[in-house]
Amino acid sequence: MNPKDLATATQVTWCPGCGNFSIMSSMRMVLAELNGEGIPLENIVLVSGIGCHAKIVDYMNVNSFYSIHGRTIPVASAIKIANPDLKVICFSGDGDSLAEGLDHLIFAAKRNIDITMILHDNRVYGLTTGQFTPTSPQGFKGKSTPSGAVEHPINPLDLMLVSGASYIARGYTHGIEQLQTLFKEAILHKGFSFVDVLQVCVSYNNLYDSYNKWTYTVQGNDASSFEEAQKIIRSWNYDRSDVPIPLGKFYQKEVERFDQSFEQYRPNLSERDSKMKILLENFI
Amino acid sequence: MDNFSTLIGGIAGDGINEAGLTVARLFSRLGYHIYMYYDYPSLIRGGHNFSLVRVSQGKIAAHTDQIDVLIALNQDTLEKHAGRLKESSFVIYDADKVKLDETKHRGCGLTITQILKEAGAPAIMKNTCIIGGYCKVVGLDWSVLQDVLKKHIPKMLELNMQVARRGYDQAAQFCHMGNHADSSNDKHAQKPQPVLTGNQAISLGLIKAGMGAYVAYPMTPSSSILDFMAKFGPQFGLKVIHPESEISVMLMAQGFAYAGVKAAVGTSGGGFCLMTEGLSLAGMAEMPVVVIMAQRTGPSTGLPTYTAQGDLHFVLNAGQGEFPRFIVAPGDAEEAYYWAGFAMNLAWKFQVPSFILTDKTVSESQYSFDIDLAADPSGDLKEETLMSHLLWDGLGEYKRYRYTETGISPLAFPPLHGQVIKADSYIHDENGITTEDPQIATQTSDKRQRKGQFMAEYLEGYETVKVLGDEKSKTGLLCWGSNKGVCEEAARKLGLRVIYVLVLSPFPEKRLKSALQGVERLFAVECNSTGQLARLAGFYGIKTQDRILKYDGRPFSVEYLLAQLGRVLA
Repeated sequence: MNPKDLATATQVTWCPGCGNFSIMSSMRMVLAELNGEGIPLENIVLVSGIGCHAKIVDYMNVNSFYSIHGRTIPVASAIKIANPDLKVICFSGDGDSLAEGLDHLIFAAKRNIDITMILHDNRVYGLTTGQFTPTSPQGFKGKSTPSGAVEHPINPLDLMLVSGASYIARGYTHGIEQLQTLFKEAILHKGFSFVDVLQVCVSYNNLYDSYNKWTYTVQGNDASSFEEAQKIIRSWNYDRSDVPIPLGKFYQKEVERFDQSFEQYRPNLSERDSKMKILLENFI
Repeated sequence: MDNFSTLIGGIAGDGINEAGLTVARLFSRLGYHIYMYYDYPSLIRGGHNFSLVRVSQGKIAAHTDQIDVLIALNQDTLEKHAGRLKESSFVIYDADKVKLDETKHRGCGLTITQILKEAGAPAIMKNTCIIGGYCKVVGLDWSVLQDVLKKHIPKMLELNMQVARRGYDQAAQFCHMGNHADSSNDKHAQKPQPVLTGNQAISLGLIKAGMGAYVAYPMTPSSSILDFMAKFGPQFGLKVIHPESEISVMLMAQGFAYAGVKAAVGTSGGGFCLMTEGLSLAGMAEMPVVVIMAQRTGPSTGLPTYTAQGDLHFVLNAGQGEFPRFIVAPGDAEEAYYWAGFAMNLAWKFQVPSFILTDKTVSESQYSFDIDLAADPSGDLKEETLMSHLLWDGLGEYKRYRYTETGISPLAFPPLHGQVIKADSYIHDENGITTEDPQIATQTSDKRQRKGQFMAEYLEGYETVKVLGDEKSKTGLLCWGSNKGVCEEAARKLGLRVIYVLVLSPFPEKRLKSALQGVERLFAVECNSTGQLARLAGFYGIKTQDRILKYDGRPFSVEYLLAQLGRVLA
């Protein structure tokens, strides 16, 4: 399968130079590769929220549910529970999943449900034209914070680690090969996988120069160690722009999954009426 | 005795609901029809709880203010309910806790503390002891109670039997309740029926219709559906989830729908507020979802454990934008069972949100439940036969939102080899891809409205409005939901016609107008302060002369409604 076959005829409306292009082409390549490796394309379901990131589902000729702002996780969770054979991949933004839908994200990690979250983390609201988000640094001058944001940012990876996510990684939209590796690992991982992608918004928060200067890929780290993962994750807290920013896989562990507990429950229509009769006897 | 009411009262933690249920089961075994209203404040221990069990030889779905027997576990119960006692009534009470003025009321006290002490039984068994005494009071055979206890007391059965027997032996007989189950000559004879709450009946109706998942966040008075599903659902292969919020609940239901699993959610007003965002998504993405909306007194937290019919217009209008929805408000357990299954099938047939609108009264009251009366002979609840009609035929390219004459697009679920299935919250084309094209915007809106139109036509074949009482009377009572039973009973006494509206959306204009033929004076009876059904009917040119409204959180009793009718009819 050629990754180009995964495109729809829809005109792409992202700004030229937008980091979303890298995420989309990486994902197309990974899905084509997985198809060749025995995961049929029809078993993939993409779920997106609302924001620039979310348009990706219109541009990919793959099953999808274009949900609402902040609400990828509950939709994706139910699709997975409904049919464990499906691979469910969420695309979400930092405003989408860290502000409006933060509770769902934490619960997905807490449940370690077997779905993947790709966070298009551009650290600004793009589609609403430039307000600060939960990962914007303190002092960020956006349209809603013209004098600079008072709050410090959330470190989403730190939050995911303590909440129970079992695959945690960070990529950067200037590193397509690494994105492919991380996306593939995340999709194949059994459990809740979270990939934070430093996705540059060229129109409202162009951080290419800063990221090019400060990002580096971690080498030889022990991804099974919670402590080591936490140390790497906390070495950059999204506030400062004068410290190294680690990329790569930080944490991976096989643990019990929420979705497993439902696999035994399938409606048995042939026994339903007789079981209902027996149940009603209990109420006499 | 045609009608016989028993009230049992005590503090929260005394097991008053269960004790009421035991009384209900005793009479159910004797072939009586049951209605039990359970009244409790929003607390775990203390306060005042009471169960009002009414039994009758015919079907009932309302309580009376007056009672025949009062079972008082504390003084508070006697004082609060003394006004309900008739001259002929009898009080059975805990003699250690309650002082009865025997010049005013007849009764007998049981030395419960002593009985429990001698038996070495825990305090919670006081209700078993007093129920034992009660059986003697109303002239029931010991064997009936023995049978009920054996079946429903899971722990320390022997000890329970012992204290019940002591209570039975100590009490005096006051009357003799006949056995209708045994007497074959009795025209009212019925075999013992299960006693179910409206919520339990809804749960069974949904299971019958092939529900595969139930998702809910606890909120009174809907929580008992979640509890029921979690307890009994697994044996039906049901996936039951209690997630982080009602927002998640509503979105999960749509993930299930997208993947082909029939799902339902349940909540009350406050939780439904959180669901409205997702409800609108269901409207746009055409995701079938069943919502059980169990009303309680609002606004806001209101009276959490008390009833109301204050959310009709909220449910009618919830969610931004315009999309069709189905709303049914059942009035008893049998209707709850049938219409819950119907609501599920309808949601899938038309790919719309489908509401079962109840209130605390219907949701938590106990009713005799005859599944043969509730079951639909035409097989509407057989989802196996229905689903196949909804599916894509597999020819050509699959389009999730294909335009059709009825507005209904064929369904398919992933994985579907060689095809993609796209759902979308934006205005979208037939393939489910976002567009801002004005022509498509119009077409998709027309598509949704066509579905609504088709659904309205389909429902014309069903009894969405019922006429009860004296069908020829020129004076009508207009009601919905839980007021069905009380209106029917009052109307029978006064020779009035009841026009009971079961389906509230799509509004059954034709059927309602035909039900109203010959009615010269129409009175709305509702548990809200503005007459919400009367207002809705008003949109269709139907005028009500007066409104009998109750909005103190308590349902209408038969006597109260009769008194109010006396006032407006005078």
